[in-house]
Amino acid sequence: MNIYVLMKRTFDTEEKIVIEDGRIDEEGAEFIINPYDEYAIEEAIQLRDEHGGEITVVTIGGEDAEKQLRTALAMGADKSVLINVEDDVEESDQFTTVKILEAFFEDKEYDMILAGNVAIDQASGQIGPRLAESLDIPCVTTITNLEVDGDKAKIERDVEGDVEKIEVSTPVLVTCQQGLNEPRYPSLPGIMKAKKKPLEELELDDLDLDEDDVEPKTKTIDVFLPPEKEAGKILEGEIDDQVNELVGLLRNEAKVI
Amino acid sequence: MNFELTKEQEMTRKMVRDFAESVIKPRTIEIDQKAEFPEDIFDELGKLGLLGIPFPEEYGGSGGDTLMYAIAVEEIGRVCGSTGLSYAAAVSLGASPIYYFGTEEQKQKFLVPLASGKGLGSFGLTEPNAGSDAGGTETTAELVGDEYVINGEKCFITNASFAKTITVTAVTGKDEKGKKIISALIVPTDAEGLTIRSAYDKMGVRGSDTAEIILEDVRVPKENLLGDPEKGFKQFLYTLDGGRISIAALGLGIAQAAYEKALAYAKERKQFGKPISKFQAIQFKLADMAMEVELARNMVYKAAWLKDQNKPFTKESAFAKLYATETAFRASNQAIQIHGGYGYMREYEVERYLRDAKLLEIGEGTSEIQRLVIARQLGC
Repeated sequence: MNIYVLMKRTFDTEEKIVIEDGRIDEEGAEFIINPYDEYAIEEAIQLRDEHGGEITVVTIGGEDAEKQLRTALAMGADKSVLINVEDDVEESDQFTTVKILEAFFEDKEYDMILAGNVAIDQASGQIGPRLAESLDIPCVTTITNLEVDGDKAKIERDVEGDVEKIEVSTPVLVTCQQGLNEPRYPSLPGIMKAKKKPLEELELDDLDLDEDDVEPKTKTIDVFLPPEKEAGKILEGEIDDQVNELVGLLRNEAKVI
Repeated sequence: MNFELTKEQEMTRKMVRDFAESVIKPRTIEIDQKAEFPEDIFDELGKLGLLGIPFPEEYGGSGGDTLMYAIAVEEIGRVCGSTGLSYAAAVSLGASPIYYFGTEEQKQKFLVPLASGKGLGSFGLTEPNAGSDAGGTETTAELVGDEYVINGEKCFITNASFAKTITVTAVTGKDEKGKKIISALIVPTDAEGLTIRSAYDKMGVRGSDTAEIILEDVRVPKENLLGDPEKGFKQFLYTLDGGRISIAALGLGIAQAAYEKALAYAKERKQFGKPISKFQAIQFKLADMAMEVELARNMVYKAAWLKDQNKPFTKESAFAKLYATETAFRASNQAIQIHGGYGYMREYEVERYLRDAKLLEIGEGTSEIQRLVIARQLGC
């Protein structure tokens, strides 16, 4: 089975995030593999171990993304591709990413493309479905179980807490949701072996793309942190009075009812 | 000069930190309180290849380097001193001597299971009357036919109750000057006549197994003699040089943890209307801690690097062990001070750091012995 995984390097949202001049300050930020993409990598490894084949992990970014690619290789992926846009792309959005991936997949053969459900940074959740559309293959989002049998895939997906069961033919693109699996730690022998696994680096030129082709369709106006949470209010007195006060506050102050 | 870690070293840190934070950390207080050796955690460490970091693949190892190993000890030590100590001892004292001095057969038979994480190794050097003074060794191994017959007693042996094999030092004869010849022998723990008792009630590193060993006519084939029969003493000096790096790394981990806890608490705790981190008395403590932790880290990594470059590292590993473990003790002590009354309570963990750190100033050569080692290297 030819398996591809779309991976994004992202900052760790559990660490403190600092915004400077409308951008996230990358100096102090910790970078990780987008956690939903880790489910995709783990699922790819399990599929390969069961059905044979090869896993290629693809990312778009700069030199720094090599660390996350090596981590994916250390977990067990076979090959990796860094589409390095550091020098060519200044501003990008989901259109840019999908355009580049579309060009990348043009001459590839694939049975399965796995991606994260969303990236925890911008959380658009668009890349998977839009790429599937461009490649004209089926797409199933937020999957929580995956079984492949020949050229059929039986999939369970999370729909707002309920489970939807789907059968689909391959090739297919799926986006992975929490609960699909428990991503493994890269083992020490894995880390050492990752050094010798192939990491191919491509630029826009190699994909026959110009900077103009991938110019974003959207513009970021502002980036800001959510307002700091204010201290809560504890109501006192008899229960009935508290209820009345609460309803009053919800109506007049919070204006939600 | 290049202070940058390699990608593999960075990935090792990230992986071990993630593992330590999510698997070990939730249990550290209980491991200490119940003084229970976390056997299942060691199974996991084995599966991740952590017990074989500095050994080549052909012996079941991971093919990493000493620096990666030191980073792993540091990260485990940062969350749990007990697990860190048993981990460091398993690799540096249990498996390493077999790797350094073993024959090909011994490596295949005894090192492969340890390096691949299928069992723990242990090192039996200390005796009731012999520690740093190895000349006081009273355990004997007498060659009878094709077997060595070992008799004696060992104490304070880390991991022995859970070990597959113990490398035991014993007197095998006398040289022409009448000096004891000390050799090392690999003893499987299921050997007849071997009794292992773990009855110590320790101040710190309580979840790390410490045992006494009694050998009564224990017979091992003469092929189990490790390395050069005449150079057992030199061999374990070399082994201890390597072990010092790992104990230093453990001290570094504990010091780092103490510093992090103290800093976080100082920023949060308010007195006289502001966080206590705004008071110089506290700031000076934190500044010293941060500086000493970083200095310790530089020394530990340098010693590991020297070992990886096959350069002499005896003096530097003693520097590292002495400085990093004393830093761990000072930093833990100051962390308790900054926490005030809360710091004295188990729940806040800093008191455990102090108890754990105290062992590091004693085990694998006391601070005083480190100074002797350094002075000897200076030509005194």
